[in-house]
Amino acid sequence: MSTSQGLRDWLLSEEPTSRRQARFAAWYKGWLTLRSNTLAMLGLFVLAFLVLAAIFAPLLASHDPFAQELGQRLLAPGEDGHLFGTDSLGRDIYSRLLYGARISIYIVLLVVMVAPVVGLIVGTVAGYAGGWVDVLLMRVTDIFLAFPRLILALAFVAALGAGIENAVLAISLTAWPPYARIARAETLTIRNTDFIHGIKLQGAGPVRIVTRHIWPLCISSLVIRVTLDMAGIILTAAGLGFLGLGAQPPSPEWGAMISEGRKYILDYWWVATIPGIAIFAISLAFNLLGDGLRDVLDPKEDNA
Amino acid sequence: MAGTTHGEGRLRPPFPPWLTKTLTTLATVAATIIGLLFVTFMIGRVMPIDPVLAVIGERATQEQYDQTFRDLGLDQPLLMQFWIYVSDVLQGDLGKSIRTGQKVTTDIARVFPATLELASLGTLFGVVLGVPLGVVAAVRRGSWIDHLARFVGLIGYSMPIFWLGLVGLLVFYGILGWVAGPGRLGIFYQGVVEPITGLLLVDSALRGEWTVFRDAFSHIILPASLLGYYSLAYISRMTRSFMLEQLGSEYVTTARVKGLGEWQVVWGHAFRNIRIQLVTVIALAYANLLEGSVLTEIIFAWPGLGQYITTSLLANDMNSVLGGTIVIGTIFVAINIFSDLLYRFFDPRSK
Repeated sequence: MSTSQGLRDWLLSEEPTSRRQARFAAWYKGWLTLRSNTLAMLGLFVLAFLVLAAIFAPLLASHDPFAQELGQRLLAPGEDGHLFGTDSLGRDIYSRLLYGARISIYIVLLVVMVAPVVGLIVGTVAGYAGGWVDVLLMRVTDIFLAFPRLILALAFVAALGAGIENAVLAISLTAWPPYARIARAETLTIRNTDFIHGIKLQGAGPVRIVTRHIWPLCISSLVIRVTLDMAGIILTAAGLGFLGLGAQPPSPEWGAMISEGRKYILDYWWVATIPGIAIFAISLAFNLLGDGLRDVLDPKEDNA
Repeated sequence: MAGTTHGEGRLRPPFPPWLTKTLTTLATVAATIIGLLFVTFMIGRVMPIDPVLAVIGERATQEQYDQTFRDLGLDQPLLMQFWIYVSDVLQGDLGKSIRTGQKVTTDIARVFPATLELASLGTLFGVVLGVPLGVVAAVRRGSWIDHLARFVGLIGYSMPIFWLGLVGLLVFYGILGWVAGPGRLGIFYQGVVEPITGLLLVDSALRGEWTVFRDAFSHIILPASLLGYYSLAYISRMTRSFMLEQLGSEYVTTARVKGLGEWQVVWGHAFRNIRIQLVTVIALAYANLLEGSVLTEIIFAWPGLGQYITTSLLANDMNSVLGGTIVIGTIFVAINIFSDLLYRFFDPRSK
């Protein structure tokens, strides 16, 4: 008890004695604000649950997600020990959902590794360099921004071939422009501050200034945007899966599962409905958490 | 315009401001369209499908192959090929569809009205319900109706549209039987109405075929309200934040101090000032629906552009896919530019 109290005092200290203490203190205060936001915590809880479900899928699953048993096809939820019933090939829907969580996390991680990074690089370079570099890069950004996202992703996937990686690549290619805009706006405000001038006088070159001093300050606005975008990305990925352009059968991707259950929707509603609830829960969780993070990290914006 | 009077002593720009503005806008449009064409061109080039074989089929002789290879301009340098492509597209030639054997432009002209009808009705629902909801949510901030608006928005942003469509079909068609099933028109009524605009509701009303109208309406109502719900989520959220901004400004306080009624303050003053912003939001929502209708059309077997693109895609018919992408992309760009222009010309602050 006393150590946790000591830790708390250290974190909430008015006069941090080291850079690390100040940084942890800022994080802790942010966490306290976030914790008071019930809906954001609900979102975080759902996402944590998703991650746990994905990690422990082999332990939690009641059946093999790929095992087909035609004698057991289209069983209603609860029948014969199938919690959410079975699909048209007799596969257990509950177990497939668990394994599908892995695919969702995989997609999310891949997109997060590509789109914001590309956006960050393009935006900060444009903002810091200025001049014709800025004009050129932002014109390209505007062109991509003016494209219809899903249609363009469709065309990309058509060219590259169906599959999760290509779907992710297609989504990322259409998702980076907003990040570039945000990063550029942040860079424009940062680059004329005194501390940047100071670093310049110390002899830092543009690469060092951008990577070490501008990037860290862009992170928080990007994190908010990424979290809020995640819902849209998951929905697009599921949409591609539904169209048969994302994850391929027999992969238990949730969009593809809905697509498989579509034929039976009027007689066997659960096959298509249950994966949809899972998609809905995850994107709702990302939206709730994103709203909460915006309150913490970006208090100047009115929470509309 | 106002630009000629001020700025004494400053160097006068070579062109009047309106001309510069128009030229900039035109250049932006041109750059964006060229960019769009470049992307579709590159997609067409990296395709694993041999464009020559796609035209002449597997069994052609080497001579025919070489001939077509030259005809398609594939022996030219890449930049030249792009030039040929751009000039073809600008002349309205999007190539031929392998699947239907017709020109892509003919195909698109045939399927586009269905999408237009769906997206327009959807936007209509979104505006009629979304704008009042947003306004009331802003005026009664923190009340139950504000929470309702936020809830509606959150659900709209988080729900997979194709799933909601399936559930809607299950409930309203399968269980309740309130609406007609997938498709645009019942089999009995197909071909009854001679097309005028291609929009079934309009055509049947103009021809006075009210039974057809009723059937078409019962087919369109579910997908349109679904799309409408998505644009409602967006429109009400934006309306709310625009209204909050206005209601917090000083002229509203002044109007209240003068003793104006709440109705007059909200609709006569605050709402008047968000009309332009709203139009741009509605235009964007409309553009999004044109695109968002892809998944909806699949669910409801709606014979529109979205279904056309997807079916072509699965049949490896790239001309149709890229043609459809160009059409939707161009409309998208046009709507974006239109809303931007509207903003610039009607918002006095941006002058």
